[in-house]
Amino acid sequence: MGTIRGRLITIGIFVLASIAALVPRNVTKRVMDKATGRMKDTTERQVPIKRGLDLQGGIHLALEVDESKGPVPDCADAIQRAERVVRTRIDEFGTTDPVVQIQGRCRLIVELPGETDPARAKSVIERTAFLEFRITDMQNQFQSSLQQIDGVLRRAGVKPRGAAPSAVSQLFGSDTSKVARDSAADANAPGALSSLLFQGQLPGEFLVPEEQWEVVDSLIQRPDVRQAIPRGIDLRWGAQVEVRSAKTYRPLYAVESRPIITGEELQKATARRDQLTNQSVVDFVLSRRGGRKFGEETARHIQHYMAIILDGRVQGQPPIIKSQISSRGQIELGSKTLQEASDLALVLRAGALPAPLTIVEERSIGPSLGADSIKDGVRAGIVGVALVLLIMIGYYRFSGVLAVGALTFYCLFTLAGLAAFGFTLTLPGLAGFVLSIGIAVDANVLIFERIREELVHGKSLRLAVDDGFKHAMNAIVDSNVSTALTAFILYLVGTGPVKGFAITLIIGIAASMVSAIFVVKTLFLIWLQRRPAMTTLSV
Amino acid sequence: MIRLFANANYDFIKWRRWAYSITAVIMLVGAFDLAIRGLNYSIEFTGGTLMQVETKTAIGTGPIRAALDNVGLHGAEIQTFGSDTSYVIRARVTAAAAQNEDTAAVAAAVGRALDASVGAGQYKVERTEVVRPKVGKELQGKAFLAIILSFFVTLIYLAARFEWRFGLAAVLATAHDVLATIAFISLMHIEVSLIVVGAVLTVVGYSLNDTIIIFDRVRENLHKYRRQNLYEILNLSINETLPRSVLTHGTTIATTLALLLLAGEVIRPFAWVMSFGIFTGTFSSIYIAAPILLLIEKRWPGQDARGARALGARAPSAGPAIPAAPKAPAPIPPRVPAR
Repeated sequence: MGTIRGRLITIGIFVLASIAALVPRNVTKRVMDKATGRMKDTTERQVPIKRGLDLQGGIHLALEVDESKGPVPDCADAIQRAERVVRTRIDEFGTTDPVVQIQGRCRLIVELPGETDPARAKSVIERTAFLEFRITDMQNQFQSSLQQIDGVLRRAGVKPRGAAPSAVSQLFGSDTSKVARDSAADANAPGALSSLLFQGQLPGEFLVPEEQWEVVDSLIQRPDVRQAIPRGIDLRWGAQVEVRSAKTYRPLYAVESRPIITGEELQKATARRDQLTNQSVVDFVLSRRGGRKFGEETARHIQHYMAIILDGRVQGQPPIIKSQISSRGQIELGSKTLQEASDLALVLRAGALPAPLTIVEERSIGPSLGADSIKDGVRAGIVGVALVLLIMIGYYRFSGVLAVGALTFYCLFTLAGLAAFGFTLTLPGLAGFVLSIGIAVDANVLIFERIREELVHGKSLRLAVDDGFKHAMNAIVDSNVSTALTAFILYLVGTGPVKGFAITLIIGIAASMVSAIFVVKTLFLIWLQRRPAMTTLSV
Repeated sequence: MIRLFANANYDFIKWRRWAYSITAVIMLVGAFDLAIRGLNYSIEFTGGTLMQVETKTAIGTGPIRAALDNVGLHGAEIQTFGSDTSYVIRARVTAAAAQNEDTAAVAAAVGRALDASVGAGQYKVERTEVVRPKVGKELQGKAFLAIILSFFVTLIYLAARFEWRFGLAAVLATAHDVLATIAFISLMHIEVSLIVVGAVLTVVGYSLNDTIIIFDRVRENLHKYRRQNLYEILNLSINETLPRSVLTHGTTIATTLALLLLAGEVIRPFAWVMSFGIFTGTFSSIYIAAPILLLIEKRWPGQDARGARALGARAPSAGPAIPAAPKAPAPIPPRVPAR
């Protein structure tokens, strides 16, 4: 009894873990709002199995540095810069789980699930990067105009969201802004925009709760609001989110409209660790012309903050200008890691040396084709399972029922394995899954045949079952290992969909070992225990 | 209780020359076909442009071809895909186009041609694949590497699991399967894409596991029945594992057939190759692997299998009855060593 209970508990744990991995959960998706053309978040409930591009539709692009107009000396660096740029633009795609990754040394892979317009995606990716340095809103001009903007919005009938007590709230204690008092005095109503902005640490910096940034973005894009923003000031979002006391915020910067210098003037940027101060530092070199211009500008802006903007996104927190800088300067990042310094240097280089990209591979699959594939695949799966079921029960009778029961566990475990390890289910993966159902019962067939043989040899029921399992083991392990080995190689060399096939096969093999051997043995043990007087086995 | 092939006692090995001939014919025809037509590589491997287009009405391939010719796209393959409103257009990269690597322009040209002939809005592009020849070459290399690597890893595994004579026989049988499958792919003119290569590798794994299961039994029986010669042991082992072979292939073929018939056009080449591969894998485990093992043991007799020394040395009827097959219907004829 002890062993049976132990086995049942183990199976129970497996099943619970699998169900936990497969419970549908809420996923936030960014989709393009057809009416306004802007992005918005929607929440859907779905089973957490990642579907490949071939099943959900989307675009897969492989890009390389374009060398048709002259050789590019360091393609690895060029691709890293390009990756940084594409990452900065990722919001523009408006897809859930976009993938941007470097493959090998010199190739960039971009995957955009759900995207249907290859031309649009290509134009976003191939656009040349634009880098500029701008001084932040040192006079707090934007903040002063917030009250007016709130007024504009109120007149336009925009209601403030939530019950935030008042305008620019005191998130970090110290700076009680005068706007807070101003707008609080104004009609006691919280402002539609100001109630969503929290004062940042430096002039012109605001923090917006991550879940609200869509709203804020749509507000500041309104023509009437743009009119109310002081002349000479632009708003730019930060590229990275910030985490403050367990909440994520997206920084919004008010910066001067006029850049003090653009990426064209930049020639070099490298990250290093300063030996004396032990700070992370980014050194940069400007052209002669750029150096002259930068010298004049920085002389006027000492103690001001300078936002580094790539493709309209502020990169990192704007550093302070300590003294006049001409053609050689450095950005000190204090205690930040060298990694962050390298990242900033990469941003600067990305803006300075645009890497012309060329598409070497493009695949796009329409969403309806993907949906058809799923439908067909599932249909084939159901028919396949039904046939296997028929064969097994028809031939092995009650033992066949046990094997089919184990097959249910097998399906559950395999799908849970895909979900738990975050592997992607592709169309070939679906085929692999169907195929592996046929293969999965092999272990049971081997075992049952062995038990039959042992019975023919005149062994007692209990002994026949035990020996059947024991003797079949060798063959089962051998056969599974040989299939898993080839699947593993396929995984190593395969691309997207084929990798999905290999993964499904490998997980399927692991799951079938558990279900066909462990689960079926347990079922047999329970059966034998219930019927101690039984002399023949329905096998 | 249904029992298929219980206590079967067929003399499988006797038919080995027949099996060799059948295989040789398939391979020769395949090789001939391969030499003349060559394999039908997908654009993943060759580079080029593929577009799958769904039209509102069945227009046939003729108008599409005419439209493509109009925009200067000669020699594109146009096929219906599953239904007669679905077309696949394949434009492989020609030597001239490879010079300026203008594959993306082909997709645009196809779009223009369809706008002109079918009319904009009357069709929908469901799938586009544009692959530069360079990427195709890389993928060829990868696929080749995968096949070589899988053989290599399989060899190591077999070397660890079996004595070399068994390993060699298993590898030869698996090589047979790969060659037969390639012959099949060539004869059926199946498009060779990476997933088809994947199917071939899966066939390798499957066929090997089949051979291993029979060989496992051979090894076991060699220890159990000390007095039987290898010929008899092989036949006995194949007969003992026959119900398993039949059943497992039944279930696997059932699933591949379901894939072949129901899972849609994209997966069909894969399903074809898998179905044939499973068939040939079973065939080779019984009719190729075992006879080859016999041949090897005869040439290089080994301790483990008692090699050819036992072969034909004693009439099986003189030995004790084999317990697993107690009521052997016909005595196995005495062996004459093959030349």
